[in-house]
Amino acid sequence: MAKYLLIESRDPFDANDVAHFYDLAEGLARKGNAVTLFLVQNGVLPARPGTRSAALGELAAAGVEVLADDFSLRERGIAADGLAHGVTAAPLDVVIDGLAEGRKTLWH
Amino acid sequence: MKALNIIGTAYRATLEEQDDPVVWITHAMAGAGANLDVLLRGNAVNYAVLGQDASGLAFGERRQKHAPRLADDLAGLIDKGVAVYVVEDDLDERGLEENTLIKGLRPVPRDGIARLIDGYDQVWHW
Amino acid sequence: MSDKPTLTFALMDPPYENARSTTALLLIDIAARRGYDVKVFAYEGAVCLPFARQAAHPNAVHGRDVEEEDHPLPREWVAAVMAASERNGGHVDWVNCGLCVDERGVDEAIAGVRRGTPGDFWKMASESDNTLVIPTR
Repeated sequence: MAKYLLIESRDPFDANDVAHFYDLAEGLARKGNAVTLFLVQNGVLPARPGTRSAALGELAAAGVEVLADDFSLRERGIAADGLAHGVTAAPLDVVIDGLAEGRKTLWH
Repeated sequence: MKALNIIGTAYRATLEEQDDPVVWITHAMAGAGANLDVLLRGNAVNYAVLGQDASGLAFGERRQKHAPRLADDLAGLIDKGVAVYVVEDDLDERGLEENTLIKGLRPVPRDGIARLIDGYDQVWHW
Repeated sequence: MSDKPTLTFALMDPPYENARSTTALLLIDIAARRGYDVKVFAYEGAVCLPFARQAAHPNAVHGRDVEEEDHPLPREWVAAVMAASERNGGHVDWVNCGLCVDERGVDEAIAGVRRGTPGDFWKMASESDNTLVIPTR
């Protein structure tokens, strides 16, 4: 079992290949890998409950840890205590933690 | 260390650079002994298409001498022993059939990417 | 994994065009404050990040003079991150892709930045505990 950190910086309302990156996270998790999806920059926009948020809840249900950068949330006026189901706010330090831990890390 | 370079965006600065910057750096690193392969996904699968022609770029009297030849550059990587994978679903969705592409590509289904990247120490998404 | 790992970052974005360049420097800053050894390969537009001739300017829209505006200069951020790393027992090795520097004419970089090649990136990655590529769009 390997550990992965997938960083999604793009907004699914704006880029239609974000769904493919989510699918990759799910696929890796279903294979038994430990997977964290870290949303950053405009990638946090679906963390505000809305029409594109369900996908994040589905990822969490599939075993993906879904985190959203707390600064990116605050920058966009998204309350950390009102995020879509399955998403947790977290500091950017998570990325450095993951790299230091040896996670295969991909930025989209 | 074995690395996979994922190229997911095509034609960014290819005219100014006369190359794709990631295909180019892959060539440079492979030439320096790096052990790496390439996965083309998204619109970057179009790089494998035969017949791309970006020649003729000119600004006033300043004409470009070397238009990018992206399919040839990919073929060159294959000749160097770099495996060039391409996402089948991305080809199909874009109406790209095998006989329109360079030889030597290794198709992988989109849902096979997870298994593919498991085999690499480093996965770099460019 | 060692206590103080060595991390490599490959960057592509120039300053002032999108959020990625700032997030990249924030990540490097976190690693620097932890005293990690950090290797940075600046490729394409990212070679402009440590360009020594970036200059501050006023902001008439907000009625601020140069001093009041205190406009961010990424070269200062890069220098600050390098200093933070040294203070914490680490080091930032910043390599600008030489050909990328030449074509952009940004051959004056701040102290501590050196010129290199793609082979340097592979070497950096091979000598690091982990590597993150932050691509442009």
